[in-house]
Amino acid sequence: MNITGQDLILACSAIGAGLAVIAGIGPGIGQGIAAGHAASAVGRNPGAQGQIMSTMLLGQAVAETTGLYGLLVAMLLLFVKPLVG
Amino acid sequence: MQFEPLLLASADDIDFMIHGLFSYEIFGQTVWITTSHVCILIVMLILIGFAIAANRVLVRASATDTPSGLQNVVELMIEGLTGIVQGSMGKATPRYFNYIATIFMFILLSNISGLLGLRPPTADYGTTFALAIITFCLIHFAQFKHNSLKSIWTDMCSPLPPWLPIWFPINLISEIAVPISLSLRLFANILSGTVIMALVYGLLSQIAIAWPSFLHIYFDLFSGAIQTYVFTMLTMTYISQQLSDNV
Repeated sequence: MNITGQDLILACSAIGAGLAVIAGIGPGIGQGIAAGHAASAVGRNPGAQGQIMSTMLLGQAVAETTGLYGLLVAMLLLFVKPLVG
Repeated sequence: MQFEPLLLASADDIDFMIHGLFSYEIFGQTVWITTSHVCILIVMLILIGFAIAANRVLVRASATDTPSGLQNVVELMIEGLTGIVQGSMGKATPRYFNYIATIFMFILLSNISGLLGLRPPTADYGTTFALAIITFCLIHFAQFKHNSLKSIWTDMCSPLPPWLPIWFPINLISEIAVPISLSLRLFANILSGTVIMALVYGLLSQIAIAWPSFLHIYFDLFSGAIQTYVFTMLTMTYISQQLSDNV
């Protein structure tokens, strides 16, 4: 089996895509912290549940963005193949 | 390679890309009409049809009768949207309610159109970037309308005094990052749902019986609704930041 340069680039792109989605760890931790604090806030002040909920969702969505950038890099490497000439 | 047929056979079933339908030449550029355009057209037709039906019902409604049928639905929607906008924009609600409600309904229907068998139009970066550009223009329209040029300049140089604009380029970059991050957030969320559903239907088509409906509930309904809420909420937050001084 001959491995051409293009095959090597494709294989390395797949490895790079796998490495890029490791970026999902950070938002996962961040969203978990946000949800935990929101849960304790609701426990302390059940009347403000609606406002806590919307604030939590907004913060989680902003925290999620960095993970989505990793996902986009992985998608570009796998499907658009910018490195294959 | 010996395993190539297997890879190709499975890869043929996975279909989440945008397909070009036909192309035409304009000013020397080739412009493609894609499946996204068709899906946006369907979403728009549904929204326009709903708007016409709602208009007819509301025009014929009398103030003394008990509201029924579609009128209840329309009033429920408008009251809910007014509550959301009022919560974060306060007194400026009437001025921006039309825009917020419009993008809310468009993005929501686009996101859940995966349930109708369409490819969601918001999984195309062109759509979300256009929406974010409109929001960006509106943010800066509000900024120039409600603030004096001097206060805008002071704000853009903000940690340092206005006669020392070292921070100006950094603030400029953070302004430009707003539409990019807004559009990429919506796009990547919906695209990831679309890709996962395509992988489930493409690779697991033998055993994809009934249980993908739970994935549809999560990726289309829940995630789509959350991202709609987040996009409109961030739009309102950015606009009302510009209003905070004097309205």
